[in-house]
Amino acid sequence: MQSSKHIYYLLASSTALTLALTACGDGDNGASADDGDDTGSGSGRQIELSVATFNEFGYEELLKEYEADNPGIKVTHVKADTADNARAALRNSLGANSGASDIEGMEVDWVVEFKQYPDKFADLADPEVEGRWFDWKTEAVTLEDGKLMGYGTDIGPEAICYRADLFEAAGLPTDREEVAELLEGSWENYFEVGKDFVANSDAAWYDSAGALWQGMINQIDYAYEDADGNIVAASNPEVRAIYDQVLQASVEDELSAGLALWSPDYTASFQKDEFATMLCPGWMLGIIEGNAAGVEGWDVANVFPGGGGVWGGSYLTVPAQGDNIEEATKLAKWLTAPEQQVKAFEAKGTFPSQLEALDSDVLLESTNAFFNDAPTGQIFVDRAEAVKAQPVKGPRYFDINTALQDAITRVDVDQTDDPESSWAKFVSAVEALG
Amino acid sequence: MTVGATTTAPPATTAGPLPAPASPKRERRGRRSGVDVRFSPYLYIAPFFVLFAVTGLFPLLYTGWVALHDWDQIMGQGEFVGLDNFVAVLTGSAFWRAFTNTVSIFVLSSVPQIAAALLIATALDRNLRAKTLWRMGVLLPYVVAPVAVALIFSNLFADRFGLINALLETVGLEPVRWHSDRFASHVAIATMVNFRWTGYNALILLAAMQAVPRDLYEQAAIDGANAWRQFWAITVPMLRPTIIFVIITSTIGGLQIFDEPRMFDQYGRGGADQQWQTLTIYLYELGWTRSDFGMASAVAWLLFLIIVGFGIVNYLITRRIATAEGKKS
Repeated sequence: MQSSKHIYYLLASSTALTLALTACGDGDNGASADDGDDTGSGSGRQIELSVATFNEFGYEELLKEYEADNPGIKVTHVKADTADNARAALRNSLGANSGASDIEGMEVDWVVEFKQYPDKFADLADPEVEGRWFDWKTEAVTLEDGKLMGYGTDIGPEAICYRADLFEAAGLPTDREEVAELLEGSWENYFEVGKDFVANSDAAWYDSAGALWQGMINQIDYAYEDADGNIVAASNPEVRAIYDQVLQASVEDELSAGLALWSPDYTASFQKDEFATMLCPGWMLGIIEGNAAGVEGWDVANVFPGGGGVWGGSYLTVPAQGDNIEEATKLAKWLTAPEQQVKAFEAKGTFPSQLEALDSDVLLESTNAFFNDAPTGQIFVDRAEAVKAQPVKGPRYFDINTALQDAITRVDVDQTDDPESSWAKFVSAVEALG
Repeated sequence: MTVGATTTAPPATTAGPLPAPASPKRERRGRRSGVDVRFSPYLYIAPFFVLFAVTGLFPLLYTGWVALHDWDQIMGQGEFVGLDNFVAVLTGSAFWRAFTNTVSIFVLSSVPQIAAALLIATALDRNLRAKTLWRMGVLLPYVVAPVAVALIFSNLFADRFGLINALLETVGLEPVRWHSDRFASHVAIATMVNFRWTGYNALILLAAMQAVPRDLYEQAAIDGANAWRQFWAITVPMLRPTIIFVIITSTIGGLQIFDEPRMFDQYGRGGADQQWQTLTIYLYELGWTRSDFGMASAVAWLLFLIIVGFGIVNYLITRRIATAEGKKS
């Protein structure tokens, strides 16, 4: 009995301590709330907003800041682990007409399919935000009647990340300026350098044919669906041409490490000398750093074959089913303002899509210690400016691209098919989509 | 013993005074009790049927209704298309590939699982030291969340840097292409299923074994039957109803297998070439990735019919074994 009493005492006192500590935390927030100008309703009415994101948007601190500046507003953050799961959850709540968060994050690859359901989303068009983003970022979510479906958060301008130590061992230049010069130009050039590299190294040139595919397909304006929305994936000669090119380089020329993106093998391979280069959108830096912890030699070159390219990037949307559309829009507008997006960049490396943010000193001066102190801020600003347009993605983009990634995986990773038979399966998969 | 003593107390109190024969005054009440007698049993069992109608029958029928339409996940009901969805599903190769995978994984998991469960249960039925520890131990895999199991196993079964392939390579064997080879992927998934369910089934069988009268074993031992003979001549026949139960439940579970194949790779769609896409994964892909609820519902109905079919076949086979064995003894 004595001992159990003792435990209760301990429990009680630790709970009290926790409460006291949280109370202190609240006090701090309260103090900072006072010096912010009160734009919130402040009438004592508590408004609860929920923000659904996936992966890392870098919003944790920002949401706390917003709560502090706007008394009466409470924000909950719903985080999905992957974009695919976020997409499935959102589709579900739109179908059920309930359950969506007040603000829903969307990935560029599937934001377009939701343009089919314009009534499900609030119109975010507002003179105040005009010109805030890259034109192509906004165009992708603007409907024909001028309705704006989402506010841009981040973009994924691509550079090339490389292993300087493996480059050196294979007799290639290691300095990031020289590497940029070496890889400047077309994809053919990138593959040619790769052939030189693999001839002098045990490592492959790049991680995965699937990753290369993402880089190359994102440079084609109308890849799978034409301007009228007809599915042309199987008949578009451009698609077939890069399909052949990627697989020729990956399988015939053995430039690919043959890893399936995001698989356990892929993650584990960063700890070994499996490949020397990667297509590298801004958000990839964090992934490389995490997976390759302890590996030295990573660097990033200010170059991308075939001109600029973007991979990934997201939007915030406001589903029409929410109870507080006005307040949600306000929060979305605030979150996607340049100042906040720079903070998100500092937190998680998500590269801002706001033009004004590109002039931010914080952004321009940021370097990355893991990548040999590369001036990543400046590099990605340059990479973003090299992007002339974002490819037009139709409502079926996500499904077709998934089928094409499967086709590439069958040849590059699984080796269950050759390029020809795998293409045939892709064609019938696209037909089945209808 | 004291418990037994209390139950021997006279039961008279429970009966109470017997009701007097119906007097004219009570006629109306009698009629009411007639109604009562006739309908109240239905009322007593009603909760089950109401619940079943709401959570079982209605969704089943409504799914059938959805299957007859073009039905988008977000836009809802579209045109009535009759059996078009069924035709599209049945004429596509994806459905049959998923069906084959499902049956293959089901056979690879259920058969070894029940055999192993039977053996484990027999072992646990002995007088072991630290009995409870062992019994709880076999249930442990069942308690672990399937997602966690799948994560651990996907590292074990990784193609290139997985633990199993590393072991195979150290003893000089060829690594197995767990994700590329269709059959190997089925074996890997079946292993996850077995890991999770064998202990559970073993405990059910163990519970039944405990009910087998011990004197049967004593007699058999006196007659000179060894442990193996006792197992086949006493344990298995006495467990028959339980074994049938375990087989039927694992059939239903096995044909609906979802968690393990979904977690087997990072995308959860059953492989680039549908190597391990089961029917439920196919259904999920149709409904939630492609947004085609009509087709997904058609697959759901077909899956339902398949399970009923398998259930009937299983029942007939096990009943036949039961009667054949029964005649023999």
